[in-house]
Amino acid sequence: MDVTALTIHAAKDALARGEMTSVELTQEVLDRIDTVEPAVNAFITRTSEGALAQAAQADAMRSRGAGGPLCGIPLGIKDVICTKGVRTTAGSKILENFIPPYDATVMDKLHSQGAVCVGKLSMDEFAMGSGNENCAFGTPHNPWNLDYICGGSSGGSAASVAAGECLASLGSDTGGSIRQPASHCGVVGIKPTYGRVSRFGLLAFASSLDQIGPLTRDVTDAALMLNGLGGHDPRDSTSARAAHEDYTEGLIAGMKGLTIGIPAEYFAAGLSPEVEKVIRHGIAVLQDAGAEVKEVSLPHTEYGVAAYYIIAPAEASSNLARYDGVRYTHRDMNADSLIDLYRCSRSQGFGDEVKRRILLGTYALSSGYYDAYYKKASQVRTLIIEDYKNVFKECDVLVSPVTPTPAWKIGEKSSDPLSVYLSDALTIPANLAGVPGMSVPCGFSESGLPIGMQLQAPHFAEKILLQAGLNLEQGLGIQGKQPALS
Amino acid sequence: MSISKEEVEKVASLARLELSPAEVELMAEQMGTVLGYVAKLDEIDATNIKPTTHVLDIDNSFREDVMHPSLTQAEALANGPDQNGEAFVVPKII
Repeated sequence: MDVTALTIHAAKDALARGEMTSVELTQEVLDRIDTVEPAVNAFITRTSEGALAQAAQADAMRSRGAGGPLCGIPLGIKDVICTKGVRTTAGSKILENFIPPYDATVMDKLHSQGAVCVGKLSMDEFAMGSGNENCAFGTPHNPWNLDYICGGSSGGSAASVAAGECLASLGSDTGGSIRQPASHCGVVGIKPTYGRVSRFGLLAFASSLDQIGPLTRDVTDAALMLNGLGGHDPRDSTSARAAHEDYTEGLIAGMKGLTIGIPAEYFAAGLSPEVEKVIRHGIAVLQDAGAEVKEVSLPHTEYGVAAYYIIAPAEASSNLARYDGVRYTHRDMNADSLIDLYRCSRSQGFGDEVKRRILLGTYALSSGYYDAYYKKASQVRTLIIEDYKNVFKECDVLVSPVTPTPAWKIGEKSSDPLSVYLSDALTIPANLAGVPGMSVPCGFSESGLPIGMQLQAPHFAEKILLQAGLNLEQGLGIQGKQPALS
Repeated sequence: MSISKEEVEKVASLARLELSPAEVELMAEQMGTVLGYVAKLDEIDATNIKPTTHVLDIDNSFREDVMHPSLTQAEALANGPDQNGEAFVVPKII
């Protein structure tokens, strides 16, 4: 059995036919992790024993006729999602020994469906970063070329799926952190509509932007994962009450009757010619499948990064105030006053990027600056939302690059935070507006690095994303192409 | 835009962070660069635009006021670096 290209839907069918057991499948995946992990470094914590125990339970569940499509499927989980009894670090030294006493809602859901967790995946500290270079436990490598970043912040989530270390994974996306690494690693990634998936048990970065979503080997798997994750949760007061659908239903070949919008601002200066070439080819594929193509405009796109780098740090500075050295693991035991305890514990526990964003956020919210920064950014956010409302009167789905360039070399941008921030210009607007976005593999750069196409749709229209994604995947015929890891 | 070292130190103190002199210098430079970029927002006149804090049309999210199983005291305290079985222990405040 080759687990490196195995999809959830293929594994599910093989399990149902009795061609393999979940224990066998899980063991294969664990062996694969042993083989490639020294090169890829996608995991912070491995849970091999627990995985085999869960796989045995899944086999028992299946033999009773219980368990859904995810029953017995080995998955990886971004280390920002609470897993009861399993260390959850958020990539930070400050949570190095944190063992959550409860499961996130998404973990409850996966466990009840019999899914298997093979480990906790690497990420930028508190999900702040675009290259997974801000992790206290090392940087993962892009399976397509180990000298390159795998993207971030859900870098381990993308690298592990691309490298065959799990069949699918969970990531989180605050400004592109699922879609960007998915694009750089050649896998499918969905950031669902804000509120579609419960955030209960997701360590908060920027609460009005954060959303959990799946990274998978193909579009059908993304639909299956979304089925297993979504739905209203009374434990998350911002979770949406919109009806949860079966995302696999009605996924069909053909784009007849759908209009795809090509936003001019996403193809502006700074877009690398090789990325543009790949995306234009993808657009032609969707057109061949019957889609109508229309040039559209979202005029405030260029202000997205500026608004985001006020709103996200402001929310982060508030959310991260809870790491005070009192309740969660790391404390400076030499501090002799409470204020020193806070200061020393936080300064020792947080990395540079997290400190930078806490400072930016505190500055933007501080007395005298609030109106100029936070209020202004929140007003621009409204204008960005209006752009989307207007554009979706003209088209059903927006098609664009995910990132302006392919992945960069590890270390290349580490001294220049602003250039890293600007690399998220095409993914940030979806978070500000709460609309769903998806990255689907679309081609490769001249040097063989994956390039993804971004699809965006109105609130709760994930089905349109999936349908466009499926048509792209089928039309391109590149699905199943694997990185040449030994 | 430039941010002075004193401003960085003031903000760090508000955020309960302790920075070395080298960190203060680096953060002053990098925050200045980022805030200089953010000044791009000044190009937009948003005077009468309502700010957005939440993207979905959700008002209050009510539930029945009933008790549900919750964490035990021991579970809730387990991650505290210093605790006495009943509470988190901190240095003397007064």
